[in-house]
Amino acid sequence: MGILIYAESENGKFKKCALELASYGRAIANQLGVELIAASFNHSEYQTLGTYGVERVIQISDPKLEKFTAERYAANLASVVKENGVKLVLLSSSANAKYLAPLLAVSISAGYASNVVGLPESMDPLSIKRSCFTNKAFNTCVLDNELNIISLSNNSFGLKEEPKEIISETKSDVSSETNFVLEKVERASGQITIADAEIVVSGGRGLKGPENWHLIEDLASTLGAATACSKPVSDMGWRPHSEHVGQTGKPVASNLYIAIGVSGAIQHLAGINSSKVKLVINIDPEAPFFKAADYGVVGDAFEVVPELIEKLKAFKNS
Amino acid sequence: MKILVCISHVPDTTSKINFVDDDRAFDKNGVQFIINPNDEFGLTRAVWFQQKEQAEVTVITVGEASCEPTLRKCLAIGANRAFRINLNPTDGFQVAQQLSAHCKEENYDLIIAGRESIDYNGAMVPGMLSAHMGYNFVTNCIGLEIEGSTAKAKREIDGGIESISCELPLVIGAQKGLVEEKDLIIPNMRGIMQARQKSLTVLPPVDSQIKSTISKFEKPAPRGAVKMVDSDQIDQLIDLLHNEAKVI
Ligand SMILES: Cc1cc2nc3c(=O)[nH]c(=O)nc-3n(C[C@H](O)[C@H](O)[C@H](O)COP(=O)(O)OP(=O)(O)OC[C@H]3O[C@@H](n4cnc5c(N)ncnc54)[C@H](O)[C@@H]3O)c2cc1C
Ligand SMILES: Nc1ncnc2c1ncn2[C@@H]1O[C@H](COP(=O)(O)O)[C@@H](O)[C@H]1O
Repeated sequence: MGILIYAESENGKFKKCALELASYGRAIANQLGVELIAASFNHSEYQTLGTYGVERVIQISDPKLEKFTAERYAANLASVVKENGVKLVLLSSSANAKYLAPLLAVSISAGYASNVVGLPESMDPLSIKRSCFTNKAFNTCVLDNELNIISLSNNSFGLKEEPKEIISETKSDVSSETNFVLEKVERASGQITIADAEIVVSGGRGLKGPENWHLIEDLASTLGAATACSKPVSDMGWRPHSEHVGQTGKPVASNLYIAIGVSGAIQHLAGINSSKVKLVINIDPEAPFFKAADYGVVGDAFEVVPELIEKLKAFKNS
Repeated sequence: MKILVCISHVPDTTSKINFVDDDRAFDKNGVQFIINPNDEFGLTRAVWFQQKEQAEVTVITVGEASCEPTLRKCLAIGANRAFRINLNPTDGFQVAQQLSAHCKEENYDLIIAGRESIDYNGAMVPGMLSAHMGYNFVTNCIGLEIEGSTAKAKREIDGGIESISCELPLVIGAQKGLVEEKDLIIPNMRGIMQARQKSLTVLPPVDSQIKSTISKFEKPAPRGAVKMVDSDQIDQLIDLLHNEAKVI
């Protein structure tokens, strides 16, 4: 019996969600008294995983695995599960992890729960809390199976160091040839993504037009934050669809969510509900968003935001 | 080309979420049901292939008779025929098995489902279905063209876009961006009349397993009151974010 995490890396470094998963896995491994194993692809600098409690890392290396493909990665993870008697697989909520999870679940005939928000409530049978109705509610999910997969909502557990001696082994690729060709990957370089961000700065229709988005971008870069927007803003083409957050867009689970000129419609709130602290800047004191906020400023974005940027810069320099 | 669109029948996005039966069941009282928004993007793309390339579009749902109005709406939007597998499903694992039993009989070239449903948010069914069928799979799909037996798809990743080429048959998990918002089809009177004549076949469920159950639901804890800061007190705001909330 063991617990396996899929440790995702990017540009030669483990992603924050991989370290969060290690921390989460360590807590469960301690409870059960079992080994915490990580699988990583084409990555050799594994010591950081040990800092967060991983005891053994299985590195699967092959030029064919250089770029992520769900089918190949799932096939390799399935093989690690079978060879190591793994009973519980932990995945993050990154786009890639959620892509491969259902493929892995079928291939190892495991139960699967996504959007898990905390430690198991019981281990036998495995019972966990997950969010549903797009963050409007939670449900307790019971997974009474030999083998289970959990995908943890990003930023819901946090990082906890618990250093372990870590050993590393290598494994070769077991995936088979497919006709699936990854032709091109376009990445917006240097930008923080909504999924990984600790702070998200979001603009709504109150910003009047795309020409004013420098306010959102400047505030975001001052805070090291990702930028986001409401649905109409992306529908009108002011911002790319990938920035649309909410029930029909992306979920946001950042530590701080700053909403500027966003009214706070129920569909918008649904997607950002699991952010820990919400700051709302809106000219209308009656804007519904204030009811869902932790901090609120009634004011004109065109006056408040420049001042906020300036004062934050001073604060950061002090 | 034969296209199947998997339809999840979900509460309208404005619905208040409440639970009954000792918090073990969703309270459907007064709730409007709609086509899951991700499925609607997929259906719209399917109807485009039907109009431009003579594809045949079938819609299917695993659910009870109460889902039929949602299927009729899909027919009014333009689907050619509908199936309902008569089972109130317990989990996504079971839904994927039911759907795959149907797909094995029909040999669809393209199966479209939503990236995730807005009620259960499982993000399970399309991937599991592709695995059962041994078909290619692209989720978070924001672009799809078909040339002969080859699909060209785009997938949204964290911080970018991937372009993929693969052979049919293919399963996609559709989402916003696959079609433009303005291309969504609002059924007109003619569509609604035609939908009444189209076939909606009820299929018995096959034997299937479940892998998870829901023991209870809960709503988020009520939140504390908002702290308002005067717009000329930005320093105080920064202080609160730093010292009280500890987020900057
Ligand atoms: C099926 C469905 C799904 C949807 N899904 C989503 C979703 O996922 N995400 C989403 O965001 N929406 C979604 N919506 C849309 C949602 O209902 C709202 O229409 C939308 O969120 C409103 O966007 P907004 O707040 O930017 O614009 P508005 O509602 O127009 O609000 C603009 C706000 O800006 C404020 N303002 C104006 N001028 C200033 C100024 N100078 N300074 C400061 N504030 C100012 C105004 O007081 C107002 O509160 C969905 C709708 C439907 C029907
Ligand atoms: N009961 C169902 N019947 C048919 N399709 C479904 C059903 N449940 C989910 N799906 C499809 O699978 C997608 C993802 O659902 P889920 O895995 O629940 O997030 C939905 O958008 C639908 O396309």
